[in-house]
Amino acid sequence: MSVLVYTESEGQKFKKAAFEVASYAKGVATMLGTTVTAVSINGGDSSELGTYGVDKVLEIKNDKLSTFNAKAYADAIKQAAVQEGAKVVVVSSTADSKFLAPLLAVHLNAGYASNVVELPESVSPFKVKRTAFTNKAFNVTEMPTDVKVIGLSNNAFGLKENEGAAASDAFDPSLSDGDFGVQVTAVDKATDKVSIADAEIVVSGGRGLKGPENWGMIEELADVLGAATACSKPVSDMGWRPHSEHVGQTGKPVASNLYIAVGVSGAIQHLAGINASKVKVVINNDPEAPFFKAADYGIVGDAFEVVPKLIEKLKEFKSNNA
Amino acid sequence: MKILVCISHVPDTTSKINFTDGDTKFDTNGVQFVINPNDEFGLTRAMWFKEKQGASVDVANVGGPETEPTLRKALAIGADNAIRVNTEATDGFYVARQLAKVIQDGGYDLVIAGRESIDYNGGMVPGMISALTGANFVNTCIGLEVEGDMATVTREIDGGKETSTAKLPLIVGGQKGLVEESDLRIPNMRGIMMARKKPLTVVEPIEANQETKAVQFQKPTPKGEVTLVDPENIDQLVTLLHNEAKVI
Ligand SMILES: Cc1cc2nc3c(=O)[nH]c(=O)nc-3n(C[C@H](O)[C@H](O)[C@H](O)COP(=O)(O)OP(=O)(O)OC[C@H]3O[C@@H](n4cnc5c(N)ncnc54)[C@H](O)[C@@H]3O)c2cc1C
Repeated sequence: MSVLVYTESEGQKFKKAAFEVASYAKGVATMLGTTVTAVSINGGDSSELGTYGVDKVLEIKNDKLSTFNAKAYADAIKQAAVQEGAKVVVVSSTADSKFLAPLLAVHLNAGYASNVVELPESVSPFKVKRTAFTNKAFNVTEMPTDVKVIGLSNNAFGLKENEGAAASDAFDPSLSDGDFGVQVTAVDKATDKVSIADAEIVVSGGRGLKGPENWGMIEELADVLGAATACSKPVSDMGWRPHSEHVGQTGKPVASNLYIAVGVSGAIQHLAGINASKVKVVINNDPEAPFFKAADYGIVGDAFEVVPKLIEKLKEFKSNNA
Repeated sequence: MKILVCISHVPDTTSKINFTDGDTKFDTNGVQFVINPNDEFGLTRAMWFKEKQGASVDVANVGGPETEPTLRKALAIGADNAIRVNTEATDGFYVARQLAKVIQDGGYDLVIAGRESIDYNGGMVPGMISALTGANFVNTCIGLEVEGDMATVTREIDGGKETSTAKLPLIVGGQKGLVEESDLRIPNMRGIMMARKKPLTVVEPIEANQETKAVQFQKPTPKGEVTLVDPENIDQLVTLLHNEAKVI
């Protein structure tokens, strides 16, 4: 009755989110006095999972699963959960994991709590804390079902090293044609850019930047920091930046370690989506901008003067700390 | 083509979030409710199928009588029929079971729900109704075309997008991108008048389990004061981020 964790990979390498959910699963397993079993689908080097406390890895190698398919993946993970008699199944908050988690919950007749931010408050009754109202609040959710599916918020728990044997076992789920009703025909993905979901640092620009031609310095700042770029809603509505960069209540949620907002006023809908970030920095020429109330660090100043200087200082810092 | 758009009734995005009854209930006092923004994109896309492909469009909500103005708004935007399942929407699994029944009874070809509702952010209803009804499912959908019984769907993935094909019946979890923001419909006078005469059917819930229970709410601890850094002394910011915040 181990805790089961789905450890996602890409190009046969585990994602950082995989190590984070493994760390979390180890925490839950310790509370329950049990072990951690990971399911990996065409994944990376299983021994890496041992570092985060995984005791056993069910390795699925299957060409039919070479591109992500929510229904088939959910079916495979369900079979692993049943084999292991898992009472708790942990997944991450990547787009793919959020896609498959509700399917998995139905197959296991399990309660499902998404956006969970901490280890369970208690295991009997089983209670977890999750975000609600798009980060404007938390809610404690009780999960009375026999089996529970937990979706962990990105960057909420962090990586925690722990000893685990990570013994690998081949696992061959039986998949049906019905699992493949949705057929992927094209994937369009920037491989040279950090995505908002994976990023530890996000640099975001708002309407204060005046026009798309001024994004060079935002990209350069992101580059220096190894960060993803994001923007406020009006910026994507006006077509200055792609929709995929729109963050906030109606855009993508951001839960990075560092969020730098340049020329963003800090409207309630914007803040809602980025509030889960740990450290917030605002650069705005209006000292009354609401963002200053939500930020940890702020610079009152003209972005066009401040950002180039900040880039220069960060480059210096990097070369001194390399 | 028969389309169902699932409509969640949520606090307007500018709402102050407060709780009552010892922080066990959302305080609706003074809160304005709206169609969940993710659902609004789906509803507008459904209007396109109605106008260009002759689809019929129903809307459904699981909730008490207080959600009817939200359903009327969806009718005013152009939906043909509204269905309200008369029960409190206590958890995503419970809501999905109610909607699955509506879908089976109505024989819908395409169901558009929101990727998540902005109140509880469960992100589970569309996926769960697909698992319960056996229909195909695509989440975080930003593009949707239908020809005959085949749909071409684009979804947002981390760092890009992915296109796939799927046979109807299909459930999608929709969001911004399904239509452009500037194309979102707002009800006009004629729509509002017509909506008054359109059918809003109230159905009783089926017996179903609730699998999770929100037992307590908490507000984030208030933030401390911001530390301001002089624009002439940006070194200080770099130092603070490194030594104090430890994020670089
Ligand atoms: C239903 C709904 C949902 C919404 N969802 C979202 C959402 O998900 N995400 C989102 O972001 N917004 C959302 N909004 C919009 C939100 O209300 C704000 O309108 C938006 O966030 C403002 O974007 P902004 O800060 O870029 O622009 P503005 O509010 O115009 O702010 C620009 C800022 O730049 C500053 N500035 C100007 N020039 C300079 C300069 N040279 N140097 C430095 N600073 C400068 C100004 O002082 C100002 O504070 C939503 C709105 C609604 C109604």
